[in-house]
Parts: sequence; structure tokens; C-alpha cells
Amino acid sequence: MFDFLEGYDVLGAFWTTVQLTLLAAVGSLVWGTLLAAMRVGPVPLMRGFGTVYVNIVRNIPLTVIILFTSLGLNNTLGISLGSSVIDTINFRLAVLGLVAYTSAFVCEALRSGINTVPVGQAEAARAIGLSFSQVLRLVVLPQAFRSSVGPLTNVLIALTKNTTVAAAIGVAEAATLMKTMVENEAQLIPISAVFALGFVILTLPTGLILGWVGKKVAVKR
Amino acid sequence: MKLRKVTAASAAVLALAVAATACGSSDNDKDSGSSSGGGKKITVGIKFDQPGIGQKTPNGYSGFDVDVATYVAKKLGYSADQIEWKESKSADRETMLQRGDVDFIAASYSITPERQQKVDFAGPYLLAHQDVLIRANDNSIKSPSDLNSKKLCSVTGSTSAQNVKDKLAPKAQLQQYPTYSACLTGVQNGAIDALTTDDSILAGYASQTQYKGKFKLGGFKMTNENYGIGVKKGSDLKAKINTALEAMVSDGSWQKAVDKNFGPAGYKNEPAPKIGDIKS
Amino acid sequence: MSSLLYDAQGPRAKRRNVLFTAVFVAALAALVWWVYTSLDDKGQLEWSLWKPFFTGTEAWSTYIWPGLQNTLKAAALAMVIALPLGAVLGIARLSDHVWIRVPASVVVEFFRAIPVLVLMIFGVALYAKYTNISSDDRPLYAVVTGLVLYNAAVLAEIVRAGILALPKGQAEAAVAIGLRKNQVMRLVLLPQSVTAMLPAIVSQLVVIVKDTALGGAVLTFPELLSSANTMIGYYGNTIASFTVVAVIFIAVNFSLTSFASWLEGRLRRGKKSTGAVLGADAVAELAAPGDHEDLQKAN
Repeated sequence: MFDFLEGYDVLGAFWTTVQLTLLAAVGSLVWGTLLAAMRVGPVPLMRGFGTVYVNIVRNIPLTVIILFTSLGLNNTLGISLGSSVIDTINFRLAVLGLVAYTSAFVCEALRSGINTVPVGQAEAARAIGLSFSQVLRLVVLPQAFRSSVGPLTNVLIALTKNTTVAAAIGVAEAATLMKTMVENEAQLIPISAVFALGFVILTLPTGLILGWVGKKVAVKR
Repeated sequence: MKLRKVTAASAAVLALAVAATACGSSDNDKDSGSSSGGGKKITVGIKFDQPGIGQKTPNGYSGFDVDVATYVAKKLGYSADQIEWKESKSADRETMLQRGDVDFIAASYSITPERQQKVDFAGPYLLAHQDVLIRANDNSIKSPSDLNSKKLCSVTGSTSAQNVKDKLAPKAQLQQYPTYSACLTGVQNGAIDALTTDDSILAGYASQTQYKGKFKLGGFKMTNENYGIGVKKGSDLKAKINTALEAMVSDGSWQKAVDKNFGPAGYKNEPAPKIGDIKS
Repeated sequence: MSSLLYDAQGPRAKRRNVLFTAVFVAALAALVWWVYTSLDDKGQLEWSLWKPFFTGTEAWSTYIWPGLQNTLKAAALAMVIALPLGAVLGIARLSDHVWIRVPASVVVEFFRAIPVLVLMIFGVALYAKYTNISSDDRPLYAVVTGLVLYNAAVLAEIVRAGILALPKGQAEAAVAIGLRKNQVMRLVLLPQSVTAMLPAIVSQLVVIVKDTALGGAVLTFPELLSSANTMIGYYGNTIASFTVVAVIFIAVNFSLTSFASWLEGRLRRGKKSTGAVLGADAVAELAAPGDHEDLQKAN
């Protein structure tokens, strides 16, 4: 019944999807937090940069960003991210593009989390003489992270699905393989079902588990 | 009151969206309307994104396939403005012919036994070979085996790059992009070493004014590609197109079209193939 | 809130800010300079590559405008089809009958969990195999199908959240005066929640517009990005064309985003009866399965 899977490395393709997701998730969490810090910080220029960055990146299709990492950064500017093997370069470029894109959404999720922290918290922190970075690091962000687990989960799930866009520059992930398979094999419906199922398996538990975590860690007010 | 305004504004946006749809489709109507206005017309499938072969330009369409198709159409009794050009992507060509979306296809269409089972071919009208396009100052690639450990580019779904890797240069690395022009940027800047596909297509790219002097062809002749004009299986067009192609070669128009489209690249074309002479 | 994170700045903090600003400017300038010189090195800034966009209209009328039309057409079609479908699914999820609620929930959660690209690849193969839609239209159909399936599911959630965000009293009062279930929905809940949902719906349009680009890059749908590829074949100006395409996408989407947040602000300020507004980013692209709590409630 599953003859059509023979000769194709479906698990390998999904493993690439998972790797793309995890690496990009870590990267965009870091960069997104920095962006959020810039956007709420005291330096006007950084605030401006954060705002402009988020508004530009959110409005460009991810496809354009990913193609640009390959055609622009790699082919034109000669950035190869420390590798000379095309497949590795493309993988890293895809991660870079995903980080650049996803971090804008992480930043917004965190900012909305920061907005849920009661004013009194920051005021009390300032009253005991903490500096901006201390207020942010010790008081506001820990609470903000806890209340933005839900939105961040959504970002993570969207990221998982967005890794398919890496197909545009030939990264051998799930959508690339699916396209090859539906073009070469006759069993359209079973093939599509396998890939759909793969993504349901990846995203549904993420949503459920992190949803539960989110409720657990939420700050009771 | 305010709410009503907002609702009205949103309705306006939705209406705009719908209008955009409507205007899109009415444009299509206009297109087909104007082309059918002249009474009889012929629909020809070509490539839209292969300079030298078939390229959509601001002044219409240009390329060798376009010239051949125009000549053939003239012999069939259609003037240039009675031709309706349609884009036929590689993967769609057999289906388009079988369904009758187009009357014939001239789109760097190689005659192969598999395709001959589905459609009929007139011609061949050009003998091309798989080749590589490299930077003009790159002297490290002299034979196909030099492609080992080099970076090869081709378009997604094409077999040419895979062929090279499988048969000639097992250590070559493959990059796939949606279009050939994406590969060219990489070759130009050194991120990719070679673009591989039919030499006719490569010559077309190398002849573009903005690329002049930047690229050269490897001249490897790795395969034989017999370009034919695809028609629906059993169509009586096949014989008529063959007659037209013979006339094109004998009255010199064929050579003129080759010189015009491939000339600037210093591409040494094969002599015009004899009708029905398919080199394997 | 954000301005409360730091004190009014004294002389030392001001000096430090100047320092930070200077370092940041220097870093940005270095980056810009590096990009500029690298591009210049590679000859990407030559006027001949950019000229088509600034002198004459041929590049716009031959490639960009037809591409943009297709982008907007696919986005509009997807929205117009997905909206009623989403409304039905969303209301079905609120049904009292298990046999309606459960299938609707399964459909919604399923299509939200699957990448649009996978749906599009499926669509194009499906139409090629089992229908006789011409090859001209197939990519459009596939793109719209993918977008509709995914966005109907997202819109269903927007509708559901919009209805749930209404004060309980609305439904209770409607029941109390003897309205039937479908009257409660049709006469009381839906009209009020539609205004609340508008910002979220408009910003979902941004997601749809962005996703059409997938059809251009991976299928052969001749939208803006893919007509840029045809254009690059003719002018050989990869960087220039990509920049122009990105700017167009930003312009289109930024105006949609701005409209959505204007709408949201307007609704929040002018709330008269409903007391509920779904934020523009409430359900947006990043909404996902298994999570319904954090849809923003009014205020």
C-alpha cells in the first residue's frame, strides 16, 4: 500500500524540516528579543530601527526573503556562511532568512507580552533604583515571556510550516520532496496525505503541549 | 454613526478587492477578444523566459523559436498578427497539445521517444547539445570531467544537471533555482561555476546585451537535443509544418534567424537538420 | 507601558544614549557601506540595470503590472471565497450539536496545521490529473485553492473568536426575549461581531497577499514575483528587480496593515454597543491549533 514511498527519503526530508525549525526558532527568539528590547528601550534611534525593521519584514513575503538570501547574499554579495558545499550553504541561508522573518513576529509577541505586565511592576523596579536593562532583564521580561507563551507558540507553529518555503532555493525539505514525488508518482492522494499527516504530527502536539505549558506558567493576576 | 462609517470603509475595501478581480478577468477577455478579432488565428506555445529562444519583451516576443514559429505560421496562412502566443512551461507541453490549448509548440522542445508516444513532432529544426555556460575568464573547465567538485546550476525539475552528475562528473554539486536567470547571477559573481542546459538556450543568454563578454560556452556537446515542433498526435499539421521548415532552410531564412538570435555569443550552430533525422 | 521602563533621563543617561546612538549609527553605516561597495564591486548598481524602472513604462506595463494584477486577483478571489466558508465553519464550531461541532473543528484544525505550500502543490497536481482546466488557469486555481483552504480555517477562528468576544449578556438577553438559536446568531451576535472582526480580517489579507508569492516561486503562477523572474531574463538585473518587487509588496501590505490598525483604533475608541474588538494581530498569520485563549479581548 505504501509502495510509493520506496526510493524516497521521507523521514530524512522531515528531519531537515525539523532542523530548520529548531535552528530558526532559537535564532529568531534571540534576535526577536533584542528587537523587542530595542523597541521599548530609551535610545530613540534603536526604537526607530526596531519599528522600521518589524514593519518592513512583516510586509515582505517570506519567499522573497528566502530567494534574496540565496540570490542576493550568496550569489551577489558572496556570503557563504562558512561552507563551500551548496546544500549546506542553502540550508544555512534558509535558516538565516527564516530568522530574519520570524524574529519580527517574535518581537511583536514579546511586545504584547510586555504590555500585559502591570505598570506597578516597572514603577516599583525603578523605585528601588534599577536601570533600564535591569528593569527589563530582572522584572519585566521574565513576566512578559510567561504571558507570551501562547503567541510564541503560534509563531513556532507558523515557523514550522514556513520552513516549506525553503523549497524555493532547493533545500531538500518536506515540500521539495513532495513536489518531486507528485510529479513522478501516480498516487497523488496518498502522497499528499503522508505529507499532510507529517505536518499535523509536527504542529498539533507543539500547540497542545505548549498551550498546556502556557497555562501552567501564566502569571496569575 | 462611527461604526457605520467603519463598516462602510471596510465594505469599500472588500468591494475594491472584488473589483480588482473583476478588472483582472475583464482584461483577459479583452486580450482574447482582440486576438480573435481578425477572424482566423493560430495559437502557438513558446517559452517566455528564454532569451534567444523565446522571451517576452516589452515589444512583443523574440527568439529563434519565435522566428521559426512565425515563419511556419506564415506558410500555414497566418500573418504575424494572427498568431496568439501562449506560454508553455516544460512540464505542461504534452498536456497543452493533447487538450488542444495550442495548435503547435515551438519551445526548445526536444524530440524523445517518451514524448513521441504522447504527441507528434515535426522537424527537427535545430540540433542542440547539452553544454555548460561558464565565466568568460574561467579557464579551469576544459572538459566535462573538470566539472567535478564544481558548482553546477540548473532549473528545478530539469534533468540536465542530474545527468551531468550521474554520468560525467559525480563529485559536482547541484544548485536548483526556479529560473535560469537566477543561476546566471550566481555564475556571474562566482558563487556558482557553471549553468548547464541546451547550448542554444545558453547561447541565447550569453547574447543578451547586458551579459556580453561575461560568459562563454564550454562546447562539450554532452547530449543531442533535436528540437522539434510539437503537434497533437495524428494532426495533419505535421506534414505542413515539415514542408514549411524545409522551405525555411532552403530560402535562407533559417540561417538568418540563427545568426540573429545566437550570433553574438559566438555559438557554432550545427547545420540545419534534415526533416525526420533525429540524432540520438 | 514601554515608556515606563526607564526614568526621565539625567545628564549621565543622556551621555550614554548619545554613545549608544553613535555606536549603533556606526555599525549600521558600516553595514550599509559594505553592502554598497560589494554591490558596486559586482556591478549591480550600474544605472543600466535600474534604468528600466525609472525611465519609461515598458518594464512596468510588460512585467510588473500584469504580475501585480495576478497577485491581487488571486488574493481577492481567495478572500472572497474563504470569507463565507470561514464564517460557516466558525459558526459550525459554536454549534450545540456535537455532530456539527466536531467535524467542523476537525476540518479547521487540520487545515490550520498544514503549510499553504503543501496545499498548493496538492492543488496543482489534483487539477492536472482529474480536471480539464487549461494549463493557463491551473496555477491560479491551485493557488486560490491552497489559500482558500488555509484561510477559511483561519477566518473560521476569527469569526468564532469575534462571537465569543461579545459580552455574554448579549446572547442571554436575546434568548430572554424569546429569540430562537438561529435568530440569536443572525440578528444579535453576527452583526455585532462583524465590526469587531474587521481589523483581523483586513490584516489576514496581508497574509494572503504574501502567500501568493509561493505560487510564483514554486508553482508556475505568473504573479508579481514570477513575472519578476521573466523580467530578470530580459534585463539581467536580479538585485534591482528583487528590490523593486520587495518595495511593491511592502507598499501594498503596509497600506493594508495601516488600514487595519486605523480600523482597530477607530473601533476601540468609538465602541458604542459591542464592547469587543479583535486586534489586527489577534489571529493573523501566526494563529495556530490548540490555542484559543489568547485572542485579545476588548481593552
